[in-house]
Amino acid sequence: MGPVPDMDGVVLAVEHLTMRFGGLTAVGDLSFDVRRGDITALIGPNGAGKTTVFNCITGFYKPTEGRLTLAHADGSRHLLERLPNHAVNRTARVARTFQNIRLFQGMTVLENLLVAQHAPLMRASGLSVLGLLGAGSYRRAEAAAIERAKEWLGRIDLMGRADDPAGDLPYGAQRRLEIARAMCTDPVLLCLDEPAAGLNPRESGELNALLRHIRDAHDTSVLLIEHDMSVVMEISDHVVVLDYGVKIADGTPGEVRADPRVIAAYLGVEDEEVAEVDAEVGLAVTHLEPQA
Amino acid sequence: MIRGAAIGTDARMDVFVQQLINGLTLGSIYGLIAIGYTMVFGIIGMVNFAHGDVFMVSSFIALILFLILTTWLGISSIALALLIVLVLAMALTALWGWAIERIAYRPLRGSFRLAPLISAIGVSIFLSNFVQVAQGARNKPTPPMLSGGITLFETDGYAVFLSYKQCLIMGVTVVLLTGFWYLVQRTPFGRAQRACEQDRKMAALLGIDVDRTISLTFVLGAALAAVAGVLYLLYYGVVSFSDGFVPGVKAFTAAVLGGIGSLPGAVLGGLIIGLIETFWSAYFSIEYKDVAAFSILAIVLIFMPSGILGRADIEKV
Amino acid sequence: MAGGLMNTKPPGGSALADVVRDAGLYALVAFGLCVPLISYRTDPGPAGLDLTPRWPLVAGLCAAIFVVRLLQRLVLMRRDARRASAPAQTDETLGLAPDAAIKLSTLALWAFIGLALTLPFVAALASGGLGEARYWIDLGILILTYVMLGWGLNIVVGLAGLLDLGYVAFYAVGAYSYALLATTFGLSFWICLPLAGLFAALWGMLLGFPVLRLRGDYLAIVTLAFGEIIRLVLINWVDVTGGGAGISSIPRATFFGIPFTAGEEGFAARFGLTFDSMHRVVFLYYVILALALITNLVTLRLRRLPIGRAWEALREDEIACRSLGINTTTTKLTAFALGAAFGGVAGSFFAVRQGFISPESFNFLESAIILAIVVLGGMGSQVGVAIAAIAMVGGPEMLRNLGFLKAVFGEGFDPNEYRLLLFGLAMVAMMVWRPRGLISVRVPSVALGKRRAISGAHVSEGHG
Repeated sequence: MGPVPDMDGVVLAVEHLTMRFGGLTAVGDLSFDVRRGDITALIGPNGAGKTTVFNCITGFYKPTEGRLTLAHADGSRHLLERLPNHAVNRTARVARTFQNIRLFQGMTVLENLLVAQHAPLMRASGLSVLGLLGAGSYRRAEAAAIERAKEWLGRIDLMGRADDPAGDLPYGAQRRLEIARAMCTDPVLLCLDEPAAGLNPRESGELNALLRHIRDAHDTSVLLIEHDMSVVMEISDHVVVLDYGVKIADGTPGEVRADPRVIAAYLGVEDEEVAEVDAEVGLAVTHLEPQA
Repeated sequence: MIRGAAIGTDARMDVFVQQLINGLTLGSIYGLIAIGYTMVFGIIGMVNFAHGDVFMVSSFIALILFLILTTWLGISSIALALLIVLVLAMALTALWGWAIERIAYRPLRGSFRLAPLISAIGVSIFLSNFVQVAQGARNKPTPPMLSGGITLFETDGYAVFLSYKQCLIMGVTVVLLTGFWYLVQRTPFGRAQRACEQDRKMAALLGIDVDRTISLTFVLGAALAAVAGVLYLLYYGVVSFSDGFVPGVKAFTAAVLGGIGSLPGAVLGGLIIGLIETFWSAYFSIEYKDVAAFSILAIVLIFMPSGILGRADIEKV
Repeated sequence: MAGGLMNTKPPGGSALADVVRDAGLYALVAFGLCVPLISYRTDPGPAGLDLTPRWPLVAGLCAAIFVVRLLQRLVLMRRDARRASAPAQTDETLGLAPDAAIKLSTLALWAFIGLALTLPFVAALASGGLGEARYWIDLGILILTYVMLGWGLNIVVGLAGLLDLGYVAFYAVGAYSYALLATTFGLSFWICLPLAGLFAALWGMLLGFPVLRLRGDYLAIVTLAFGEIIRLVLINWVDVTGGGAGISSIPRATFFGIPFTAGEEGFAARFGLTFDSMHRVVFLYYVILALALITNLVTLRLRRLPIGRAWEALREDEIACRSLGINTTTTKLTAFALGAAFGGVAGSFFAVRQGFISPESFNFLESAIILAIVVLGGMGSQVGVAIAAIAMVGGPEMLRNLGFLKAVFGEGFDPNEYRLLLFGLAMVAMMVWRPRGLISVRVPSVALGKRRAISGAHVSEGHG
């Protein structure tokens, strides 16, 4: 690997990431940066390798090649590809949500948010020994965890449903809860896999507000996969476009929208025709996305 | 623990060949049982825990049929008697397989994941105790059905012997597996079976009668277990109500070793387990032969969970 | 099961003829299954095996199945007719709504504890003396041992969702730890008890570490293999374990150092009682009761701690757990080790109570019984496990008392022979009737308002 990259203002540096499954190269030599305090969107047609990138970043897959460096505000660095799966969250503080929502369906909304605070609570319970003895320090820690959960419940508008099983919530609320649960792990980078999928326009708007709140009020940068271009174009500061596992564009929403290669990837036109098409449908891209 | 040295069996070609023959014979039986495990696991994703006991039941059925044919009906041709026993035992055991699926597993389809496994354990306990109550707890020895064999070669007074029994066991196994392979690869049932394995819901949407296909899978698995049961009885000449458990677990080990869901894998796994067990008994210690088999199961599952011929699955996130 | 064996005809038409045909089919299948296993009995004779025909028995069985099926179909028809006019009920715990089920189970737990605490006295009063009550107290000890084992395994299977088919291995480790420590080093029961738990936990971690990344049925089979390996080693390692003969004359439990003997130093003399061999039995009863209640208490408390919540989260979704920074390996290991520890403690109690142990007490059937208790009780439900233990252990025991059946079936009839046969059938029937167990609702570990039960339909059963 090359020298340690200059991480000034960058929270995650993806360098030469390659992931192969047998003979299939899902992601090939991908490099991009996620800047601190930004909302970065990772877009691309279906099967472009976006979720594979996420799985590599969050430790579910070990990349075939490449380096994933995560920098905290205090300057400490973590090489994500070397961490065990759970340590990506616990030590590197990267949290994520899933394309198919993965809540603890049989546990209540509140319990879901408490499970997310497992590490600090576990410490407070003295690896369960103090907790078993009913120590006051643990009870205080638990009360604080519940307070924090309540804060998020208020934020995602689920206060009244705290004691309901998560599986009972409507779809949009489950999406919000999954984001709140990820935020309860106190991440520096939040990875959202299609957070707007299946949401109606009103819920989509609420999601935008929630994501902005996360970016502005917390020390958390956001990386998201999204097909809904209204979300992408409206809230992201930076867009990376993938096609067949390769980066084809990288820039501000405006730049990406105007990039002929992006239009070609989405509309499936030959390179020669791109120039013509560009003129005609330049803005239409935002409405023609394939749904997940 | 090396006891083989005491009998002077180590590093001798003739002993090795003899054990190879014995191991392949035993492995054929395990392979036949293993197919039942692998097919059922492939199609409904459950470990049919009672399969070993179905095998034991078939052995008892064969025993009684054989006694009826030889002592009462006076059939003197062993070949004819064995053929009738084989066919009838397959049919009757298939009925057991069908009934078990229908009563203990089908009502649980699509329910709680543990329920079929617990139900299968219940069936297993029921079957072994049913046979115990119906036939008594003692070992049942049979009159020798087939004796003699061929001496392949002889060195220093040690004869490598291939008995007719062993020939028959390997022969029947090869013939039936070929037929079975044809059934799964070339017939409409086989296609339906493989389709259900891939995606049961889609198969149903395409007009395949999933329930019937699953029933048939159990019937076929039981019939093959019956073949194993007949051959087991022929080989060992004795059977008891508790003989289902250990061969069952070993056959399951074979299925896992070969790669569960893969038919050639089940046979290959059966042969490997049979060989390992035989060689372990001959060269190390006969007391720990089951420990060896169980350890292999654990080691295989831990280090290569998809087996030799199975497909590795990538964790879906 | 209401669909009939063959689903030959749609409902309607000549309904009764359909029912009769269906019952006839059942009888026919039963006939096929009876041939030749029941129709001919093999007995050792002078020249090999003799066959004894038993066709009347087959006919009787088929007729019985015909009648039972006929009645079942008729009852179902009437119920369906009634159902058609009445709205569907919630099918939760025995037909109750989740919250009523919570109340009922809390009540049942206290009733169970109350009954358990007073059982020796009640039994003594009812049967007219401690000595006469021995059968009931022994039965109580047996049931409580299984309650404790069930509660211990419930941590592994019910909470963490890890299917363990070799739990009896830890029971064996505990029993042999005590037996060997006591016979070789002369350590007392009260020192050995925690040691046995510790050893079993250690074994749990040793065995658990390599296998816990396996999922579902694979984990079940590997744990089964480990259970069998331990049993086979106990049989074959004669120098240490005494092999198949086992270990006998294991020292008896003492009342914290005071032996239950008739002499001067004995328990009765010290406390000014007249000597009665039942003192030791009653004492053992309260020991196992205390151990079981400790298991229950620890489990209930742990459920409300982060570790317990992590176990349940693991059962619900392992991938989500890892994404939240939970180390799933150590979380599974703690569940496995804790469950093993309780199994080990129960094992050492078993050894001190029996005074003799052999590998045969630790076969796969025991594991199956304990697992069945947990699953039938309703995974994760403490009360359910207690009820299931009473039913599964006490029920078959009741068969011993069915001597009057001899009058019906003849002198040779031994109801005890049918114990395991019925046990197996009951397991199947219970699963078909209630796949999620008796009590399938889940009580949340924490709540802002009032705790409300979660229907079993939401609760996942785990994957590993």
